[in-house]
Amino acid sequence: MIRTVQQLALRLLPQVIALAIVLAMIAAVFPGFFSFSFQNGRLYGSIIDILNRGAPVALLAIGMTVVIATKGIDLSVGAVMAICGAVAAASATHGNPLVVTLALALATGIVCGIWNGFLVAVLDIQPIIATLVLMVAGRGIAQLVTEGAILTFNDEGLIFIGGGAFGGLPMPVVIWIVFGIAITALVRRTALGMLIEAIGINRRASTLSGIQTPVLLIAAYTLSGLCAAIAGVIAAADIRGADANNAGLWLELDAILAVVVGGTSLLGGRFSIAASLLGAMIIQAINTGILLSGFPPEFNLIIKAVIIVVILVVQSPKIRTISSFFARPARQNGGER
Amino acid sequence: MKPKYLPLAATIAIFILAYAVCALQYPAMLSTRVVGNLLTDNAFLGIAAVGMTFVILSGGIDLSIGSVIAFTGVFLAVVLEHTSIHPLAAFVLVLAITTVFGMIMGAIIHYLEMPPFIVTLAGMFLARGMAFVLSIDSIPIKHPFYATMKSFYYKLPGGGRITLIGGLMLLVFIAGMVLAHRTRFGTNVYALGGGTQTSRLMGVPVARTTILIYALSGFLAGLSGIVFSLYTSAGYSLAAVGVELDAIAAVVIGGTLLTGGAGFVGGTLVGLLIQGLIQTYITFDGSLSSWWTKILIGLLLFVFILMQKLILYLSRKKAG
Repeated sequence: MIRTVQQLALRLLPQVIALAIVLAMIAAVFPGFFSFSFQNGRLYGSIIDILNRGAPVALLAIGMTVVIATKGIDLSVGAVMAICGAVAAASATHGNPLVVTLALALATGIVCGIWNGFLVAVLDIQPIIATLVLMVAGRGIAQLVTEGAILTFNDEGLIFIGGGAFGGLPMPVVIWIVFGIAITALVRRTALGMLIEAIGINRRASTLSGIQTPVLLIAAYTLSGLCAAIAGVIAAADIRGADANNAGLWLELDAILAVVVGGTSLLGGRFSIAASLLGAMIIQAINTGILLSGFPPEFNLIIKAVIIVVILVVQSPKIRTISSFFARPARQNGGER
Repeated sequence: MKPKYLPLAATIAIFILAYAVCALQYPAMLSTRVVGNLLTDNAFLGIAAVGMTFVILSGGIDLSIGSVIAFTGVFLAVVLEHTSIHPLAAFVLVLAITTVFGMIMGAIIHYLEMPPFIVTLAGMFLARGMAFVLSIDSIPIKHPFYATMKSFYYKLPGGGRITLIGGLMLLVFIAGMVLAHRTRFGTNVYALGGGTQTSRLMGVPVARTTILIYALSGFLAGLSGIVFSLYTSAGYSLAAVGVELDAIAAVVIGGTLLTGGAGFVGGTLVGLLIQGLIQTYITFDGSLSSWWTKILIGLLLFVFILMQKLILYLSRKKAG
């Protein structure tokens, strides 16, 4: 048990250090950054704001991590967010009770996920292309649901999900943390996580060794769809309306970036949901930091591009070969493993 | 018929059928004006799609082209507003920038052995970010040279016009076909799409070809950006969002295999025209909403992917 905790700490160390550096840099420019206040039964402060604003990307990153671990990718999550937000808004404006609204929105996300999973697992289409179909068509479908308008609603329960507070924390923060812990427990307390990694490393070998590859692949994309649905409901509840054009726009790229920053390889295999969540927070901290420090927000994209390039270089198989060549004598001496 | 011609034949059949249906409902669709506009309105997308065809033929993908188009437009607008250099010199300059940009992405993909998807994603962020840094406003281009270029057109019988940019797109497609099917570089691209390892063993210069492919895509994205700035007479950093998706859709609907190695540059033109036709039909109809375009394109994309799978399955079965 202590060993696993140690391993986890070691795995998360680069992300924690990166997050600490980003936060320290912001705090250096903006001294009041770490201050908290407690008003109206909830916490306020820049840190809470980062946790809150980062909720959609964090949720998407949970599903995306599992999909990427299977050597896949889900480009449709932004569009699925828009569809599910639209469904939730449409249901709320029809006066359905909150439970029905949520069930409808989440079911829509699950259906979208099953569709993607079906294309990838059963029809054996490359994940980029399979999910591209829904990425292209998804916003059109969302427009169809909202009938081209921005659907606004006044359902108190639904608004609470976006703007309410539970135990002093904003509701979106509670949702992504609880959901992240639940999914981590699900994949790590069972063999599921290992089986998913096996598929990502070698799908054919996993199938031959008796793993139900299609079922697990569909489950991975379904989870991603479900995460997108929750993120979509939060995004819609946050602005009290469903905007089919802009809800979740380009968030699929942020989610992929969060997973990559979290150190999960795009080539599939070993994954860490906690690291991806930290990655999502790093991205959000950079976003917030740029806004607070008065830099023009236009620099955001350039910084993201630089981050991707740096991580690419670090993750690159070629660089690994070179660095392991230099590290080999040290490893032998240290007797690691 | 050879199975490799099947997607292309299906694409052409769908296009003719769709055009016939449109023409039956709205006879005006047959006029050369509609045809001319179809070419002009899709010129920038078509030029970018030629580059995308080469990238996809080689088994890669280029997500950066929409951002590069926007960057080119903003760059031209800023340069023409603040300096007195001639637009033609600015064109050469921006084409050099985008070509080098593509080359760098190709080099990263090859030498760092990273998936093209994520490398060009970084390129997408970078190009869009540079456009934002240059200017966040939409800048009009008022240079008299632009007006002169817009006044060039070839008048078709029936009042239709093949504008300079529409004609340029057709030229790019012809050049692309020659490059893909009649040169050693084209053969290398097809070989690369068949498998990197195999083509390396066959003696294909993998590094040079990969870098050249992305350089070509960058160059054509730059050219597409120039055409886009001629088309809109403005530079705006939020323009051309998602053009890469439309380009990929045109390539796939045009019958190019997404795994690389098989397809035709000419098919991309038909794929592009099908997309344009859907848009024109929706404009003619007037009561349909524009979001049906997206749904229909998504649907077509799905049908063509399924067809490709079927063809692969059949050809594998034949091979034993």
